[in-house]
Amino acid sequence: MKAFAALVHTLGTSTGTNEKLDALANYFVTADDRDKVWVIALFSGRRPKRIISSSWLSQWCIDITGLPAWLFEESYHTVGDLAETIALLLPPPVMENQEGHTLAGYLEQLILLEKQTDTIKRQFITSCWRQMQREEIFVFNKLLTGGFRIGVSQKTMVNALAKKINLSASVIAHRISGNWNPATTSFEQLLSEHNTQIDYSKPYPFYLAHQLDKTPEQLGAPEEWQAEWKWDGIRGQIIKRNNELFVWSRGEELMTEKFPEYQVLQALLPDGVVLDGEIIPAAQNMPLPFALLQTRIGRKNVTKKNLEETPIAFFAYDLLEYQYEDCREQPLETRRKHLEQLVQGINHPVLQLSAVIAFNSWPQLTAIREEARQRVAEGLMLKRKSSAYQVGRKVGDWWKWKIDPLTIDAVMIYAQKGHGRRSNLYTDYTFAVKDGDKLVSFTKAYSGLTDKEFAQVDAFVKNNSIEKFGPVRTVKPQLVFEIAFEGIAASNRHKSGVALRFPRISRWRTDKTPDDINTLEDLKKMLELYGK
Amino acid sequence: MLLSFTDKGLYCAAGDFYIDPWRPVNKAVITHAHSDHARWGHKYYLCHHYTKPLLQARLGDNYYESIGWNEPIYINGVKVSLHPAGHIIGSSQIRLEHGGEVWVVSGDYKTEDDGISGAFEVVPCHTFITESTFGLPIYNWKKQAGIYEDIRQWVTHNAEQFNTSVIIGYSLGKAQRILTAVAPLEKPVYVHGAVWNMHQAILSAGIALPQVHRVTPETTKAELKGSIVIAPSSAEGSPWIRRFSPYNVAVCSGWMQVRGNVRRHNADAGFVLSDHADWNGLLGTIQATGAERVYVTHGFQSALSRYLNEKGIWSAEVKTEYGGEEENAESGKAVNTAEE
Ligand SMILES: [Zn+2]
Ligand SMILES: [Zn+2]
Repeated sequence: MKAFAALVHTLGTSTGTNEKLDALANYFVTADDRDKVWVIALFSGRRPKRIISSSWLSQWCIDITGLPAWLFEESYHTVGDLAETIALLLPPPVMENQEGHTLAGYLEQLILLEKQTDTIKRQFITSCWRQMQREEIFVFNKLLTGGFRIGVSQKTMVNALAKKINLSASVIAHRISGNWNPATTSFEQLLSEHNTQIDYSKPYPFYLAHQLDKTPEQLGAPEEWQAEWKWDGIRGQIIKRNNELFVWSRGEELMTEKFPEYQVLQALLPDGVVLDGEIIPAAQNMPLPFALLQTRIGRKNVTKKNLEETPIAFFAYDLLEYQYEDCREQPLETRRKHLEQLVQGINHPVLQLSAVIAFNSWPQLTAIREEARQRVAEGLMLKRKSSAYQVGRKVGDWWKWKIDPLTIDAVMIYAQKGHGRRSNLYTDYTFAVKDGDKLVSFTKAYSGLTDKEFAQVDAFVKNNSIEKFGPVRTVKPQLVFEIAFEGIAASNRHKSGVALRFPRISRWRTDKTPDDINTLEDLKKMLELYGK
Repeated sequence: MLLSFTDKGLYCAAGDFYIDPWRPVNKAVITHAHSDHARWGHKYYLCHHYTKPLLQARLGDNYYESIGWNEPIYINGVKVSLHPAGHIIGSSQIRLEHGGEVWVVSGDYKTEDDGISGAFEVVPCHTFITESTFGLPIYNWKKQAGIYEDIRQWVTHNAEQFNTSVIIGYSLGKAQRILTAVAPLEKPVYVHGAVWNMHQAILSAGIALPQVHRVTPETTKAELKGSIVIAPSSAEGSPWIRRFSPYNVAVCSGWMQVRGNVRRHNADAGFVLSDHADWNGLLGTIQATGAERVYVTHGFQSALSRYLNEKGIWSAEVKTEYGGEEENAESGKAVNTAEE
């Protein structure tokens, strides 16, 4: 467990990806095989079932330390993380454990405890606490509470493994995907180097577009270009080979199980096909806001409710492989023709064509682009009809031409401390617009300020609090910010009657006073224009 | 009430003087040389002998008078004495006695003896005015010796990769402790101008410190390779720091106790090295003074004060204007540009 705690510490403090990669690679060399299997499981989202609630953990910590509950709460608000708060509050170990349980040892114990009573769980957990150093308690608590967010992507872990075992990264990613149980799977079974089967899951590297930094006229004749909507979803590849279906995201993570809707394509698609496109929620062949998808992505298991509330479609825009033939070198025009035939032939709502927009001139296309927001698109994609499907971010043939975000000037009225990285600063703000001489809160917004600005706003909050309500402070309405957002919708959950999509602080308007901010009327006008 | 809480600071009416006032006054008794406690503009300053050269360096020429620890003097009939606070060089608690009543103002204090600042002394009193910078039970410090060892290991590890170790700490107090921590490594130590100025002021007080070099535009890359650099938080993320590339950065501060703060600094390491008392240090001191009444100033004053009341010690919060520069600079909440 000590080695694992040290690994988590290094991963948590190292600032560069390479450092993290080295730390992980090193761990995969030195650690015990059982522990390695569990680390792979944990970092790919396979946690053991949660066996105890946060409130019990808090209560036991309060019992051991004898602190009043309110002081525990106050500490938690300052730290911003329950596992860490408990680790900081518990006294140092009475007697350090001699045998030193391994990571696998602890986790397998926890699995055994699943069906036990709270008293027995309490006995085990508190006796572990008594034997552990602070770093170990922190990691142990993270295992208990399940919130392992330590800034390591599955991809980094896969690359670290690829450095140390004789398998390619994509083979490893494939092997560790799917349903396997870390408690019963050995390292050898999971990642044997002698298992030399062909990797049918392997995706192609994605071709990425650049933001258009000139006028479209500078791209040349409009007839040389294909225009599509720029969808706001997850870029992905759907692969059908060897009668199996694979779904990859642009982060090159295998996400097949996250989108069970696509399983029908396993029967419908011919073998030896790779599609490039966008994973988006959709109803009646029309895309829905991306925010709906976010509720699904974070989960390990997609529930039935998710499937009903957020139906997913794949909007295909390119064909990379056909009949096991890599066709990326063919011109886009040709690939598109084959893609259209393929998709139309299948004719299933889960597989859509990302439509090509007809246009004759750049001014005409510029006007069409204005409709993007109504179509739940972020703007336009421009692709050269003669272009091959390239690798990575090559300039010249693919451009994204995004629309500007909507903005509104608002005044800050509440502030709350951030979590994690900013746990000691007031960084979460609620904003209001004017309604006559009243202020109406309408959104929260987080990011978008520099560390220096955060420090200044934090100081303002501390010196201008009118009222403290739990962790929230009501502040003097004085600071004006420009809030940018991607969309607006009617909402009866909000006092203002509107809900914003991706609200963020775009800048601090130190040149404006609360008298200059926008009104509720302005918001309602925006809702009429863009909110449908 | 021997002291009252005014908008200029803690005021002793009987003696007609202030303690660490934040607006200009005629007569100020100063606990220590940090700029939120020792401000500009008073007509008369009374402080410890060691504090005087630091005030001169920071505030220029003024009318200063200095005394030693445990050497009482009388100001308009009020008996005033200074006692070591263990916070930084010269830092003192201020004891007032008048009409049979004893008050002690802690200023900032640290209960562990750091070997530089003088060992903290418990001063029995009726009323104790305590700071509370780290007044939550999550703040409990490791022993200094262990932290110094951690710092040395980190520096050695960096030097093996020919990286410069840049260590961030407040220029008065923390910087000298860092210097003491790394001195046994016998590597060249370079310092930022702000640290250099404080270093000279301390030497002029007659206190010995290990040798340092000032970073100047002439300092060559070759000299800096694998060396140690001590700089204040204003240097973090500034163009000044880039000259040390390749380098690793560590922040030394009590705030590093919380992981999120280490990440927020974007530092390679955070060492929990504080010049303030931790939770147990605060509680132990308050108990040991035997005080019947405890006023709690800058920090987590509402939490500490509520806790004391629940434990049966009468307590109230006092709003002061301390903690503006030093504690914030330490937490990285504000970049201290005055130090440039
Ligand atoms: Zn101080
Ligand atoms: Zn202070």
